Amino acid sequence: MRLRQKDLLDIESLSAEEIGLVLDTATSFKEIGTRTIKRVPTLRGRTVVNLFYEPSTRTRVSFEIAAKRLSADAINVSVSGSSVSKGETLLDTVRNLQAMAPDVLVMRHPASGAPYFVARRLEAAVVNAGDGMHEHPTQALLDAFTIRERKGTLAGLKVAIVGDLLHSRVFRSNVRLLTRMGSEVSVAGPPTLVPPEVEKLGARVALSIDDALAGADVIMMLRVQKERMQGAYFPSVREYFRLFALTRARMERAHPEAIILHPGPINRGLEIESAVADGPYSLILEQVTNGVAVRMAILYLLTGGGGEAS
Amino acid sequence: MKPRVIMDSGTFQATLDRLASEIVERTRGLEGRVALVGIRTRGVPLARRLARGIESRTETKPSIGALDITLYRDDLTTVLAQPIVRKTELPFVMDDAWVVLVDDVLFTGRTVRAAITALIDFGRPRKIELLVMVDRGWRELPIQADYVGKAIQTAREHTVQVLLAEEDGRDEVVLVENGST
Repeated sequence: MRLRQKDLLDIESLSAEEIGLVLDTATSFKEIGTRTIKRVPTLRGRTVVNLFYEPSTRTRVSFEIAAKRLSADAINVSVSGSSVSKGETLLDTVRNLQAMAPDVLVMRHPASGAPYFVARRLEAAVVNAGDGMHEHPTQALLDAFTIRERKGTLAGLKVAIVGDLLHSRVFRSNVRLLTRMGSEVSVAGPPTLVPPEVEKLGARVALSIDDALAGADVIMMLRVQKERMQGAYFPSVREYFRLFALTRARMERAHPEAIILHPGPINRGLEIESAVADGPYSLILEQVTNGVAVRMAILYLLTGGGGEAS
Repeated sequence: MKPRVIMDSGTFQATLDRLASEIVERTRGLEGRVALVGIRTRGVPLARRLARGIESRTETKPSIGALDITLYRDDLTTVLAQPIVRKTELPFVMDDAWVVLVDDVLFTGRTVRAAITALIDFGRPRKIELLVMVDRGWRELPIQADYVGKAIQTAREHTVQVLLAEEDGRDEVVLVENGST
């Protein structure tokens, strides 16, 4: 079995079988990270270019390590954020990259849809590492991997997603993936940060964080994305913390075996209390470990098969 | 073309017994350091059965491992369907271990080459030996087995199948002459 498309641009176009294939493959790759020699020769001689138009530590390092553990050459191109915009400049960058014949281009861009523009013009496989407020498919896949590893399945789980939903590509990818795999998703956040399309995506808008948390098996907290906020979306940090933060007291409403996820970086004392972020139910660092395995699986699945160019 | 039976269930079991005895002979005095590593998929149940045979003769159980060589293949871009990567499980210390690689059929030798590379990524075994149920010839690399169940003459396009009770309901080795099954 293989992925049907050349690129991984979003969760929307993945079938449940393809999602399962990525997660199953990642299970095998996770073992490699526990070896003394953390490297297999699979993608020897392949080139993976990381092109990041937005700042990132976790995702960029994760892709770089994933590529290197598969023996691919990983090259990081850092573009200083705001000076480059969509259009001709991006097209020129793509043409120049194409001339050097990379096998995979991992791309993060502040404009929603930018990776699609690139993927159509590049022979290499394009992996969307986050595009604007649209999708961040590899994050959703590593979240699903982490949940499945702990809970055994995704089907039938109650998942609460809380926080800045409006600006969150992590939320959009996750809700698509989780609903496709049969989870029940409830969301909560300040009304100014709940986008109108939530219910169309298949999630339930909860009345409050406590309502969303009631009986939840999985709690996914989202970062308040201050860098994307030009207006006043909520009155004060203190009020946000009081109404929407995950605290020890609130945890009691969830399932006693509930697990906590956060895509990072976390704002301690804003969306999550430190004691919870560092507590026994938090899988925040486990997500980072799993991220490498999931990205190895994606690089492998996008480059491993032959023939079938279109 | 009708498949030709190379080994029936009785011969199969006798062969396994003989191979287990050969391993016991060759590894006398090394009890506790011997590891049987099956190459996925059919090498794994074979390794388990050989381990039981060795245990009944020496009263020490050799370690058992399972190796998936997908990530070490040299033909990733030419195989049609993407092989599914399964888990590699080697629950013993590789350094200084006496490893017997177990596979069903020895053909081009490329699988064994990949398996050796994979094993060495886990440490420095004292020795790596190779056991196969069937050696069908047509090597493309300088690789030979230390323990052979049966060596047979084949044409390149033939297919040799090792069927196992665990997976196929019966022990049998068959040769399919036109290469299609």
